[in-house]
Amino acid sequence: MSTRSKVWWIVGSILIIVYCLFPIAWIVSLSFKAPSDISNGQFLPTDPSWGNYSTILTGAASDLFLPALRNSFGICLIATFISCILSMFAAYAIARLDFPGKKLILGTALAVAIFPVISIVTPLFNLWRQIGLYDTWPGLIIPYLSLTLPISIWTMSAFFREIPWEMEQAAQVDGATTWQAFRKVIVPLAAPGVFTTAIIAFFIAWNDFAYGISLTSTDASRPVPAALGLFTGASQFEDPTGAIAAAAVIVTIPVVVLVLLFQRRIVAGLTNGAVKG
Amino acid sequence: MTQTTLPPVEKTQPVSSPRGTISDRARAERKLGWLLAGPAFVVMLLVTAYPILQAVYYSLFSYRLTDPENRSFNGLSNYWVVLTDPLWWQSVGVTLLITVITVAVELVLGFALALVMVKALASLRPVVRAAILIPYAVITVVSAFAWQFAFNLTTGFVNSWFAWLPGVSDTTDWFGGTGTSLFVICLAEIWKTTPFISLLLLAGLAQVPEVLQEAAKVDGATRWQRMWRVTIPNMKAAVMVALLFRTLDAFRVFDSIYIMTAGANGTESVSFLAYRQTIARVEIGLGSAVSVLLFLAVVLIAFLFIKGFKVDLAQARGDR
Repeated sequence: MSTRSKVWWIVGSILIIVYCLFPIAWIVSLSFKAPSDISNGQFLPTDPSWGNYSTILTGAASDLFLPALRNSFGICLIATFISCILSMFAAYAIARLDFPGKKLILGTALAVAIFPVISIVTPLFNLWRQIGLYDTWPGLIIPYLSLTLPISIWTMSAFFREIPWEMEQAAQVDGATTWQAFRKVIVPLAAPGVFTTAIIAFFIAWNDFAYGISLTSTDASRPVPAALGLFTGASQFEDPTGAIAAAAVIVTIPVVVLVLLFQRRIVAGLTNGAVKG
Repeated sequence: MTQTTLPPVEKTQPVSSPRGTISDRARAERKLGWLLAGPAFVVMLLVTAYPILQAVYYSLFSYRLTDPENRSFNGLSNYWVVLTDPLWWQSVGVTLLITVITVAVELVLGFALALVMVKALASLRPVVRAAILIPYAVITVVSAFAWQFAFNLTTGFVNSWFAWLPGVSDTTDWFGGTGTSLFVICLAEIWKTTPFISLLLLAGLAQVPEVLQEAAKVDGATRWQRMWRVTIPNMKAAVMVALLFRTLDAFRVFDSIYIMTAGANGTESVSFLAYRQTIARVEIGLGSAVSVLLFLAVVLIAFLFIKGFKVDLAQARGDR
């Protein structure tokens, strides 16, 4: 590569980085603006302060934010866990075993993945009210499975296809049953794929807004994105912008940490399932 | 569609026994297969097929949650009410507009990002990759707020930064009209989802055989010709997968609109209309009808794509 085109690709890379990070930088900057600064028309705060963070963590908005944070973590982790367990078994069967209906399962996963969330919300809203699941953790965990399960099955089957299956056969030759071969040989080999799938499923559950806003009404189960949509200021006369920005930064931290730690795996997970084959 | 994205099972599939003579082992394997995959399959059906059937049922009733005694069967009249309402067609128009604009821009921009990532220096690549994952991983609501605050009259900086552009001044109210509101909504959507498209396209780029590029180069093809004649035709499958997923995703747009305009100034999408009927107005019957229509629209789009898809796939295979 000539020096000149090298420079161009570096400029291109830097442009991408700026493009991706600019709105995040803006919301971080906004979260440090004091109320008097919010409408200064500038990108940066004139006098950075932690005021917005104390509003949402210890101040007036903490009643709304902290329970929502707890709900979001709890509900998303449980939904991710359940869908990983279910899809682990399903993906093993799809990648490894010969049985009719394999295509049906993958096709169903695809159909569920393209399903409009709002079409599920309407009937669930009424049903959950009748059977008492409205505004509860299970009332969100169950519909979250419709978001996390399909992508988990696809991503994990893609990962499982790349496992050296000879090792399983070797174990079976040595006298292990199918189940033992699965548990002792395949599980350790499959763990990275399962882990990556879990991260992607967690992102998707963490991102949900439609279910969160429709199927909850109190801080008993309301997740963070829905709570953000309902934020008001410290008093009803105060502008909630700064508090929303601070809360937005806090809920962005976990995903940024996951991205920084596992970027290579996440990219592999996202593209494997969709493009190969 | 199913065909293009199906994992290549041939590689790992054990040799199946001849027809008619199912061995005990094959039968056991079949049983184990459904035993392992069954629960996931059943859960998927329970959380989607059951609710949509319920929605079809509700949509045939005049049913308002605040007035449950007066629930009565009224056939297809909810659909008639929806389909003759200009509000519905307005929301369909808005949804289609957002879908077409965002997907088109994302495809071009995503392709450019993918090209840069391919060529990026090895030392920069991890940084670029991490940066590109961030919009994908950020909550849509957070992204919507960031863009809304940036353009907002009181909190924003866009007006003061871009005051030199014709039509932009300190008092430009971006959320005061339909066109400008949709413009900002599209920007937010594009920012958030372009990285996902670019990653899919990057994977597609990696599948274009290097030999073909070299051959074209030897034959004297220019960079531009190589792009249009070699690279793009060879990654058609990846492009189509990215297009299908993004189109269906864009068609369901809800979060950004809820946060940025709450449907004001004629920016309501179909999803938002369904939400407002059901949750805000508790018109279960009408809301269900809108939901079913939304579902049918998504099925129709997927069907059109799959039909177009098979042709493309056959071509792609014939090329090689």
